[in-house]
Amino acid sequence: MAGLLAGLLGRFGKPSQELIVFAIAVACFIFFAVSLQGFASIGNIVAMLRSIAILGILSTGMAVVVIGRGLDLSQVSVMAISAAWTLTLMNGGMTLFPAMALGLLFALAIGVLNGWIIAFIEIPPLFATLATGLVCFGVGRWLLIDSVHAYPPKGADDFLFIGQGHLVGIPMPIIIFIVAAVFVHWMLSRTVVGRHIFGLGDNMLAARLMGVAVRPLIIFSYAFSAFIAFIAGLTMASSVASMNTEVINSTLVFDVLLVVVLGGISLSGGRGSIVSVVVGACLIGILLNGMTILNVNSDAQNIAKSVVLLAAIVIDRRLHPKDEETDKQGDH
Amino acid sequence: MSVISDTYLKLHAKWSLQRTVAELLSKRWMEPAVPFIMMLGVIVFCAVAIPNYLTLDNLTDTSSQFAEFGFVVLAMTVVLVVGGIDLSVGAIFAMADFIALVLFNVYELPIGLVVILVLLSGGLLGAINGFLIGYLKLGAFLTTLVTLIIIRATFDLTAPTFAIDIATSYNESAAWEFLGEGTLWGIPANVCILMVIAVIGHALLSRSRPGWHIAAIGSNRKAARHAGIPINRTIFWTYVLSGMLCSLGGLMYAARLNSSASNTGDGLEVMALTAAVLGGVSLAGGKGSVGRALIGATTILVLINGLVRLGVTGGPTFALEGLIMLVAVGIDVKWMKNKNKAISKIYVVPALLDLGELPDATENSDSIYAQNDALTNAEPIGLGKVDGPEDVILDRQGRIYTGTREGWIMRLSGENFEDVEVFARIGGRPLGLAFDRDENLLVCVGGMGVYGVRPDGEVFKVTDETNRTRWKIADDSRLRLADDLDIAPDGKIYFSEATTRYEMHSWAMDGLEGRGNGRIICHDPATGQTRTLIRNLMFPNGICLAHDGQSIFFALTWICQIKRYWIAGPKKGTVETVIENLPGNPDNINRSSDGNYWLAMTGMRTPAYDLAMRMPGFRTRMVKRVPPDEWLYSNINNGSVIKFTAEGEVLASYWDKSAENHPAITSMREHRGYLYLGGLMNNRIGRIPLPDADPTWDSSDSYWGPKA
Repeated sequence: MAGLLAGLLGRFGKPSQELIVFAIAVACFIFFAVSLQGFASIGNIVAMLRSIAILGILSTGMAVVVIGRGLDLSQVSVMAISAAWTLTLMNGGMTLFPAMALGLLFALAIGVLNGWIIAFIEIPPLFATLATGLVCFGVGRWLLIDSVHAYPPKGADDFLFIGQGHLVGIPMPIIIFIVAAVFVHWMLSRTVVGRHIFGLGDNMLAARLMGVAVRPLIIFSYAFSAFIAFIAGLTMASSVASMNTEVINSTLVFDVLLVVVLGGISLSGGRGSIVSVVVGACLIGILLNGMTILNVNSDAQNIAKSVVLLAAIVIDRRLHPKDEETDKQGDH
Repeated sequence: MSVISDTYLKLHAKWSLQRTVAELLSKRWMEPAVPFIMMLGVIVFCAVAIPNYLTLDNLTDTSSQFAEFGFVVLAMTVVLVVGGIDLSVGAIFAMADFIALVLFNVYELPIGLVVILVLLSGGLLGAINGFLIGYLKLGAFLTTLVTLIIIRATFDLTAPTFAIDIATSYNESAAWEFLGEGTLWGIPANVCILMVIAVIGHALLSRSRPGWHIAAIGSNRKAARHAGIPINRTIFWTYVLSGMLCSLGGLMYAARLNSSASNTGDGLEVMALTAAVLGGVSLAGGKGSVGRALIGATTILVLINGLVRLGVTGGPTFALEGLIMLVAVGIDVKWMKNKNKAISKIYVVPALLDLGELPDATENSDSIYAQNDALTNAEPIGLGKVDGPEDVILDRQGRIYTGTREGWIMRLSGENFEDVEVFARIGGRPLGLAFDRDENLLVCVGGMGVYGVRPDGEVFKVTDETNRTRWKIADDSRLRLADDLDIAPDGKIYFSEATTRYEMHSWAMDGLEGRGNGRIICHDPATGQTRTLIRNLMFPNGICLAHDGQSIFFALTWICQIKRYWIAGPKKGTVETVIENLPGNPDNINRSSDGNYWLAMTGMRTPAYDLAMRMPGFRTRMVKRVPPDEWLYSNINNGSVIKFTAEGEVLASYWDKSAENHPAITSMREHRGYLYLGGLMNNRIGRIPLPDADPTWDSSDSYWGPKA
């Protein structure tokens, strides 16, 4: 947290959106810490971080796609089906690694399919991923998985370690989240591919003219998102020892978008960083944790989250206004 | 060439499937043809695969569900047309259902009030979307996703508190019953209401100003903004309309089922979106209609119903829905992107054209067409001041009039025609010229029709359309390329339209086709009627009334013939060939002082091009595979003027062998002992003296007699 704070304070001159979000997060934290018994305890903070780990992991994948001016609505579906298939395979007698490899392959296949449809057929990302999400879920439930829930087989301790184990006292989901965040941050800021993704999101035609292989890059970003979704799926399945495929009917993908947009990654692409995604995830974690302690029911929580997201996109639009001369209605 | 392939090629020259397809594809009403066929296919599939599918009970049952779904698809369609999307349709539907039941069953309000309040609530929810998207300019997708979750959460929060009240209380009302289960002439009442709303909606969307604004914003937001259309307000009201349509659907649902469950309207947005896109409503905005929405709605409803009745549920349904959506949107995107390319690829349909032996025109040969230098030293008039004088004409005062590339009529006067002025600005591409009895200058304007200019320079329209050809797919009532005209003694204007398939700028492509795409048309100023006289002519170009006023001569450029059409006398209405095999492509025809006729030839035939005209397959491949600027076109670099008699005997030919001053000649006009020359691509008018001609002969006198 200290490093994060220093990074943010370095830009203190102009209040960026991530700074505002960070300030709101700190304010909420202080508010709940003062008003709620036990909120500020180490135990609760770890629980809170753990509860946002899955959301955070998914957000890093979504961030890559959104920075490249895309959108991946199939993420949760890929997550659920690939993880559930891995569990089903393990129940069928397969060992952990071949099962994981097959699950990963399935996730990558959907990711590449997404990218191909978007890059080559040029279907707008939101429809393409909405449809592939349905296809992925439908095919999974039809051909790959026996029932709504998938459970790991008895004695799969190595699998359960992914979600329930600890490393130097820190729960594994948090570690995976941190590793994913650091890796994506490194990729986006220090590698050629990462910089090209920013270029792609900022101005696709210019990137293409510069010689960036735009279409393969789009495919890569969706495949990467699917890869992250698979990691998140394993973590989720392991930490609760089951995978409920009905999760695609929840608002999870919406929460992921909420984190990404809250973190200041504009949906018009080309802007943002993983640091802000972490901040956004923390804010959502604080809000959800606080509301859960306050015993607010899930519908009211949804409304609260929606209002926060709405406020975030209104502010986003204020900070990055549309150019009426170049804008097309229908851009998400 | 064998007899069979020969016959085929000749038939192909008359009828071509490819041309029919190309013309069909250009039709707007063809766009929903694929969705429509898909719909029929799905219905036939269900009727065959499911026993008792076509029974009345089942149809009534399905169609009453159709009404509710139809409203939601209509709601989705209007926002898609404006270029947005509304994911909250399902939530608004559920909310309206719930509100209707609470108002009617629990509070027992009169039904009229219930309808009004439900519509208002739907409009209000839509207004939230509209405000955020229209005025705050948020992205439609995310915004409606958020409102979907908020509305649904509110619904889930409030519905349970009324659930028992709704289930236990019961309000008797004949109107409510009728709304839910009544029928009119055997058709469910709600379907009737949907049809009424659909007709109104269709008129609104396609025939009214707000509807045009909606489509304009969807197809090009920037252009709409520049045209002064209130974008924010229009988008706002479109979402309000969408909300109201959804709530109407919810109301029907409430009246039919009298129940509200937590999963009411779940996933309806995806279904409605799939239906709209499947029906041919474009995701990119601007394209969509009520008809297409209903086609899509029918397809999806029949399909999903069919799958349920076939026992397919769960996974396969999801997979199928996703796949259909992908395929439909994929086809939509690719088709929209490549449609015009596809049409232009197949639009040019070359046909066999056998021109016969090429007459000799070599220099110093015995041929009457032998090249000479008669035009080389023509005196230049208006050099560099007239751009492309296609036709030239002189009035009784000896002033030259000509039409230019800028769309102007220029007048050149003075001793040596040194005074050049713009006489009239018509626009288009002025081509053939003629004076009528009242000394109005009538002009054929390429791209516009036939126009006239009064002696004071005032422009008026003569005609720009003719009667449409029956059974022809492409609408050919508009004049595309009026080329030359002449006026009969009774005042009737005879003019040629060179081609109905190409525009002024692509006229040369008509030559590659080698088909009869042109026509001769007559306009009668007395009745104001325009009627097509002869169809399927191969680029009819110059037109000239015979000296006796009984027939008109016309030139057919691509087939290199002069024909004659009798407008009076015993042979009235018949066409006969005057000259069959010219060495070049004939253009304008005009009278000469000795009772014969002048003919301009815009270019000379070449053996290579003649051969290409006998090989339609070669030209097809060329048009498809070679860029247009490298196509083999007919030669228009070297032309000539000939004089012929009414019987078709060629008397003389005049050439500019050097091809520098008058390469392509498109017209010539004799006036008081001189011959004036025009050229479509030339930068001057030329004139040569005619020593043997009558030095007092003037074409206006020849047509209308000496001025009183």
